[in-house]
Amino acid sequence: MTAPLLSVEGVSVELPTPRGALRAVDNVDLALAPGRTLGIVGESGCGKTMLSRAILQLLPKRARLGGRVMFAGRDLTNLPAEALRRLRGPELAVVFQDPMTSLNPVLTIGTQIIETLQAHLGMDAAAAATRGVELLAAVGIPAPAQRLRQYPHQLSGGMRQRVAIAIALSCEPKLLIADEPTTALDVTVQAQILDLLAREQQRRHMAMILITHDLGVVAGRTDEVAVMYAGRIVERAPTSRLFAGMRMPYTEALLAAIPKLDSPPHTPLPAIAGRPPDPTRPLAGCSFAPRCRYADGRCRAAKPPLGDPERAGTLYACWHPLGLSESASA
Amino acid sequence: MAVLDLEVDTAVVSPVRKRRRVGALFLAAVAWIVLIGLAAALAGALPIVSPTDMDILARRAPPGAEHWLGTDQLGRDEFSRLIYGARISLTVGLLAPVIGVLIGGSLGMLAGYFRGRFETLTVGGVDVLLAFPPLVFVLAVTAYLGQSVLNITLVIGVLGIPAFTRVARAVTLSLSEREFVVAARALGATHARILLRELLPNVALPLVAFFLLGVAVTIVVEGALSFLGLGVPPPAPSWGSMIAEGRENLDIAPWLAFLPALFMFLSVLAFNIVGDTLRALTDPRPGAL
Amino acid sequence: MTALLSIENLTVEYAVGGKALFAVSDVSLEVGRGETLGLVGESGCGKSTLGRAVLQLRRPTGGRVTFDGTELTRLDGEALRLMRRRLQLIFQDPIASLNPRRSIGDIVAEPLVITGVVDRGERERRVRDVLAAVGLDADLVMGRLPHEFSGGQCQRICIARALILEPELVICDEPVSALDVSIRAQILNLLEDMKRRYGLTLLFIAHDLAVVKAVSDRIAVMYLGRLCEVGPTEQLFARPAHPYTALLLEAIPVPDPTVKPAANLAAGEPPSPLDPPSGCRFRTRCPRADQTCADVVPELREIAVGQFAACHHPLG
Repeated sequence: MTAPLLSVEGVSVELPTPRGALRAVDNVDLALAPGRTLGIVGESGCGKTMLSRAILQLLPKRARLGGRVMFAGRDLTNLPAEALRRLRGPELAVVFQDPMTSLNPVLTIGTQIIETLQAHLGMDAAAAATRGVELLAAVGIPAPAQRLRQYPHQLSGGMRQRVAIAIALSCEPKLLIADEPTTALDVTVQAQILDLLAREQQRRHMAMILITHDLGVVAGRTDEVAVMYAGRIVERAPTSRLFAGMRMPYTEALLAAIPKLDSPPHTPLPAIAGRPPDPTRPLAGCSFAPRCRYADGRCRAAKPPLGDPERAGTLYACWHPLGLSESASA
Repeated sequence: MAVLDLEVDTAVVSPVRKRRRVGALFLAAVAWIVLIGLAAALAGALPIVSPTDMDILARRAPPGAEHWLGTDQLGRDEFSRLIYGARISLTVGLLAPVIGVLIGGSLGMLAGYFRGRFETLTVGGVDVLLAFPPLVFVLAVTAYLGQSVLNITLVIGVLGIPAFTRVARAVTLSLSEREFVVAARALGATHARILLRELLPNVALPLVAFFLLGVAVTIVVEGALSFLGLGVPPPAPSWGSMIAEGRENLDIAPWLAFLPALFMFLSVLAFNIVGDTLRALTDPRPGAL
Repeated sequence: MTALLSIENLTVEYAVGGKALFAVSDVSLEVGRGETLGLVGESGCGKSTLGRAVLQLRRPTGGRVTFDGTELTRLDGEALRLMRRRLQLIFQDPIASLNPRRSIGDIVAEPLVITGVVDRGERERRVRDVLAAVGLDADLVMGRLPHEFSGGQCQRICIARALILEPELVICDEPVSALDVSIRAQILNLLEDMKRRYGLTLLFIAHDLAVVKAVSDRIAVMYLGRLCEVGPTEQLFARPAHPYTALLLEAIPVPDPTVKPAANLAAGEPPSPLDPPSGCRFRTRCPRADQTCADVVPELREIAVGQFAACHHPLG
């Protein structure tokens, strides 16, 4: 078994707020092997973005980070700033949700790509320009040579995201973190961008973390899925096994709440009652208990640990997992 | 699962209007304003001598038992003159920006809401006013209409209109396209109702903050005009003219220039602090996470 | 079924830096009383502009909109304001749709004040009623400001405000796109429930086909300002006639790992609305396009019972 490229161990992120300390990420463990794709699914406020920032060591100054992030054998939490800066680009890259804000609006596309190549790979301007054109073509941008001279606002949303991906991939990173890369895009463009990411990942044998709120996006494109709720991972399993047999009621409810293409119109949707919990007021018991159909006194009293009682490589945190007889849950 | 499964949302995200603590600086600023304001308003009733009584024998007297803060070169009581000077400074300081905010604010809101030709005219007119050399304007008005508290107030007020128009227009422009304004139109609200009930509550706050800044600036401007002799004519005491007169006595009686300057400084500072704090306090969005 | 809303040859044109942008081009649609018409399309297709043009919030540059026999496009001033009570709009961003400085009670009562309901007691009673109908506790909610609520709750408040006058037609412009997945289902259920309770007719605008399918009786698909296809929901999904509809259906990510994502989707992106292709606007991405498609603008023709497509080479 290959050693994991990325190993997140007991990571937690705390933010001080006027209303008290907010535990945005609570004791998360993850591992990702080279060339594999991990999908992280959750709704707003579940902590998935904070988790990606923690991995990249891009947390806001006032955040407090606990735990370790091991990348290619090095502990990122202990690296000095300069070493981290050199990692970003050639080893670790990121694509954000809104390409309009992740690209500098006053610099041309060309400048941004070339600068990256020069800074990280030490290319000279001419070589960087040629490579830039190649990269833009590889991500499917028509007339790439002309695009180098254009500004981000002159391109459509889909194009800008392709440029952001090209910049992220320019230094051949080992790990790409894509944080809601297609949420702001139209559905046809979304499919193209996801295809592009999958293709590039295969070609470069790159590991990828795909963060999204859409279970449909992770279904066909990831090897493993982790579901987050209220800062914790509540279920984690290889993709096919997760969809074949969900254990966590939240995952099941999330899937059920998506309008399905094959159900007739006016079918009432099984909605999850209530709202995601207030992170500044953590509950003693399971965070999902107030909204869970199966919750009982035990769920409200104690937080279920994330474990793998079936020894099947599937983790979940639930006192009454689905699909198992009552006697099986300890 | 019944379609009527409508869970009544109970827990609300944040407690209702959590009290934010105001700093000691804010309280001190408010205290100063209240103090000086009351003193100015009740000057006539206070047991102090008239600011125009000249005590020839005690000219340029240092602070002492009879004259608390001393006397100026004509023997007039400095303390009394400071209080009466506050009257003028605060009157002009508060009333002139009122002209600015009422006229400028209204014009700006209307221009930002209706756009089109009205906006072009308003902005153009305001630009002309802005471009006109203010000092020449003051000279012209005072030469034609004479120097008095009223005229100074009017002049400074009118000169302040462009700034308020710009602020009001900018805020209105950014608000007019927001969905809650479109929603109001979709409900069939009249223009007047949208301007008063939807836009004004949102424009009011930046205008008030700007107003307080205007008060501070006006106090200084009035002081400068009086210093130059263009403000309220003697013997009425104004902090600015007191500074001018004190200038000639800097070696013998330096407090004559410094005391009015100190009072002006403290007043301007106080209004700025209050303005800033009010703006921060009433910002409806609590600190984002 | 008599049409409650009739849109005929609607065109909305903008001037963008000297050039003309046709956000909506010659669109004709009908919405029957009591039905939900879903309007679907990607960004730049003009569906939001169409919604606003129907309400005359943006005046169309051509065509007619008739509501219950009255031509809205001819109305002005007071007459139009009076009509507005019968047609309402729900927006995409629920928090931005509420005045940050007014209390919820004020906001929801506003339509009543505008329409001249003077009695405070009656206003309060009706506000409480409608808040309860959308699943909110009036006592907890009325005195607070919008920023104290979540997106889902704000959308409920917006729906309450839209319904308090008991309109006949409600245009929903992407009402759930800005909400979390688990909240979306709640709001969609709420809209369906409200439709039944108040006997509403809905024009439901969205870019998510699955969402639109869940609530619509008929669906209209738009692309770059033009209608591509209109038809009953199930029929359209089962047998789409227009290649663009088929493309949209294929592109939807299915939450089932055994279903492989469709490969070889139509390449390229929607062209700029400022410079649309001649003839059929979809031809630059359509695998079936030929010279006719470039020369002649396709008209909506009936392909099957109740299903219309604007295509020279429809599917099936």
